[in-house]
Amino acid sequence: MITKMNHVSVFVLNQESAFDFYVNKLGFKVHTDAAMGPGMRWLTVCPPEQPDLEITLMAIDEGMMFKKEAAEQMRELVRKGTFGFGVFQCNDLLATYEELKAKGVEFTKAPKKEFYGFEALFKDDSGNWFSLGEKEMGDR
Amino acid sequence: MSKEDFPKIYLYRRIVQAKLFIDSHFHENINLADTADEALFSKFHFIRLFKNIYGKTPHQYLTYVRIENAKLLLQSRMTVTDVCYDVGFESVSSFTGLFRRVVGQTPSSYQARQHQLLADIAEMPLKYIPNCFAEKKGWSKKSNFQEV
Repeated sequence: MITKMNHVSVFVLNQESAFDFYVNKLGFKVHTDAAMGPGMRWLTVCPPEQPDLEITLMAIDEGMMFKKEAAEQMRELVRKGTFGFGVFQCNDLLATYEELKAKGVEFTKAPKKEFYGFEALFKDDSGNWFSLGEKEMGDR
Repeated sequence: MSKEDFPKIYLYRRIVQAKLFIDSHFHENINLADTADEALFSKFHFIRLFKNIYGKTPHQYLTYVRIENAKLLLQSRMTVTDVCYDVGFESVSSFTGLFRRVVGQTPSSYQARQHQLLADIAEMPLKYIPNCFAEKKGWSKKSNFQEV
């Protein structure tokens, strides 16, 4: 029986830049950073309170995962901000918003009270967007 | 987002600036009373607002930041003594005792474990990568999959 998720992937345009974004700006912890050969890196990070959830910062490389054309299409889709890979949570949205803005994180939506909760939207350095909510969203 | 939407936003900005100041200057001998003054709060008000937002008093947060940075530095070849002073502690015995209470291990034990883990990752990285991804990336010849 499935009990939990322990890996999730976010496709990024540049792993070094993504490292700086997720670790130095968002404050995530490095879980595994392994050199796999020239130009290849396995890099996973965790939100501070979820050390068992590895977010894989996945490079979009031509190879067995992507043929050349598919890799180019994928990079273009990421660059355009097509993908929203998930929802993050914080204890205080206004404080987190002010801090992330001060660190240079780009928000596409400022904190706003919606019927389902208090939410903002931001983009990572590649263009992927995420929702950021305060504690529980909705009535669940 | 305007002041009309969130009238107290200016308070948040001052507390966030104080928190970012701690993040950047944790290794120095910070006087948290000065931090409260710079944020234009009374010390009592500053501590209360800070704790409401971050769940820790400014002093507790400073200690947390120092311990977290010590954990990072202990992954390097720095000695425990050098790490202690580098992150702003003034006594190795206080640092060791506090680190043990917070992390559950002495700094030396923690460092030894981290070095072992990093050496293991460098020597056998495939142990730390789900094989499905390793295979898709061409890093592993061993397949978990069977044709269905």
